[in-house]
Amino acid sequence: MINKIEGYTYILVNDINTDDIVPSNALTLRDTSEMAKHTLRYLHPNFVEMVKKHNIIIAGENFGTGSSREEAVNVFKILGVKAIIAKTFARIYFRNLINLGIPGIQLNWNETDFSHGDHLEIALNKGIIFNKTKNKEVSFKKLPDFLTKILEDEGILNQLKKKLFK
Amino acid sequence: MSNTIAEKILLDHSNLKDVIPGQFIECEIDLIMVHEQLGGRIHKEYEKLEIDYVWDPNKIFFILDHWVPAPTISAAEMHQDCRTFAKKYKFIHNIGMNKGICHQVLPEMGFSRPGMLIVGSDSHTTTYGAFNCLSTGIGATDVSVVFATGNLWFKVPESFKIILEGLLNKGTMSKDFILQLIGDLTTKGAIYKSLEFHGDGIKGLSIDGRMTITNMVVEAGAKFGVFLPDDRLTKWLKERTSTPYKYVYPDEGAVYEKEFNYHLSEITPVVAKPSSPGNIAQVEEVEGVEIDQAFIGSCTNGRMEDFRMAAKILKGNKINSKTRLIIIPASMEIYREALKEGLIEIFLNAGAIVGNSTCGPCVGGHMGVLGPDEICISSSNRNFVGRMGAPSAQIYLASPATVAASSINGKITDPRGLL
Repeated sequence: MINKIEGYTYILVNDINTDDIVPSNALTLRDTSEMAKHTLRYLHPNFVEMVKKHNIIIAGENFGTGSSREEAVNVFKILGVKAIIAKTFARIYFRNLINLGIPGIQLNWNETDFSHGDHLEIALNKGIIFNKTKNKEVSFKKLPDFLTKILEDEGILNQLKKKLFK
Repeated sequence: MSNTIAEKILLDHSNLKDVIPGQFIECEIDLIMVHEQLGGRIHKEYEKLEIDYVWDPNKIFFILDHWVPAPTISAAEMHQDCRTFAKKYKFIHNIGMNKGICHQVLPEMGFSRPGMLIVGSDSHTTTYGAFNCLSTGIGATDVSVVFATGNLWFKVPESFKIILEGLLNKGTMSKDFILQLIGDLTTKGAIYKSLEFHGDGIKGLSIDGRMTITNMVVEAGAKFGVFLPDDRLTKWLKERTSTPYKYVYPDEGAVYEKEFNYHLSEITPVVAKPSSPGNIAQVEEVEGVEIDQAFIGSCTNGRMEDFRMAAKILKGNKINSKTRLIIIPASMEIYREALKEGLIEIFLNAGAIVGNSTCGPCVGGHMGVLGPDEICISSSNRNFVGRMGAPSAQIYLASPATVAASSINGKITDPRGLL
């Protein structure tokens, strides 16, 4: 399942922070799908509409810098984001992504690799992204096995639950 | 094998004989701090595990600080949710909402001690590194894993050695140093690294000042910021805890990925311009920018050293009529101490608004939310778009000295002229 991820790209710039993704003033909202409507609302007011199709995020450096708020990953999960490819991730953000079962792929990409709206197919087990629009293959360093295992189990809590009730 | 402080403490909390940077390891956690996130996400996530216990209710420090007292119904509901959880799982250290901000109260109560491995549901958990321990922020799911098992996976970080020499000049604070360091490293320059602070310059820094530095290492992406211990730390800990501890020093020959030298006397007042903590400029470059709000407080700069400095500048002065100054102590203990020393009186006389201890304005929560296009100079840690309120508002980060000086003139001001 996680070895064949298919979707369309949405390109973001460098240094997207957790306040950009979920503004602080949306953090106390109790309904997570309400909160998800605020995703990136200051920088990309149409994101919530666009992401319905453009469900693979391509970001620059230091993606997810800032707060430990896991809401900044969870809103993407609610909105159906299938993977996030970034040049670099902020530390806590990367953990949160994997923990919630969203593949975070670190790749120093450039404009010849991806444009907005490209149709991608990602094989996590092979470390390969096939850009169907550009008919181009890009390879990335595979995640360590134990992180891939967390993704296969659809998040670390599912994995832990299996262990606890073994 | 020779190890850095980070390697030593992680090794000590694993069941391994040796660790190397880049290695993924499992560690036992000594203490976990949680705040409103408990009711925000952790509660719902934890229930998915369908277990009726936490691994050790004595190793959980739970406090409400971000939105206290509750400014909205949804914040109040979040607090209710937190309390329900704390009661259900029989938390022992249930601190409540009348003590202050987590990163100040936890050390004040003696919970952060040398050699410990502490995690918390807040990115500024790095603060406790001032006490010669390792501490870092994690998300709600990681908190759930710790609640259930007491363990967490870590990637052993490479370390940067930061050597401090000399003393800060008058009007310059440890905030100016950490902003300068973030500017030099950039906000991505230390992703996943442990910053280890060395050198004789440490001796001249108060514990308050060290906490400001370790608090903000995360703005350069760092996983840990840790100070070598000294007599000042011994004295501080003596007043706070009777639990035995052992100092951790790096081994001779420990390997550092990079080394940086700073002479503190060469540090000058700086600001982080909108909208990144790494967007550093000398205060002279932005002097004269008119401000609507000035804020002294937060887990970064709401301590006695900060208040004493602000009082020195504000004493006998009035804040500019076009500006509001909000002062919020990092803990209620600090509030009491500032009252006793007469600092609160000085703030009130200057026309400041003094509030109860809360994260409040720093997270755009309450007690000083910014309106559209407003400009704020703040002693807090982040100036991201929308962080303190309206997305069109602009935030300059600075030391409490610079914030106090700016509030008097109604525009960004070099504090050195007022001391």
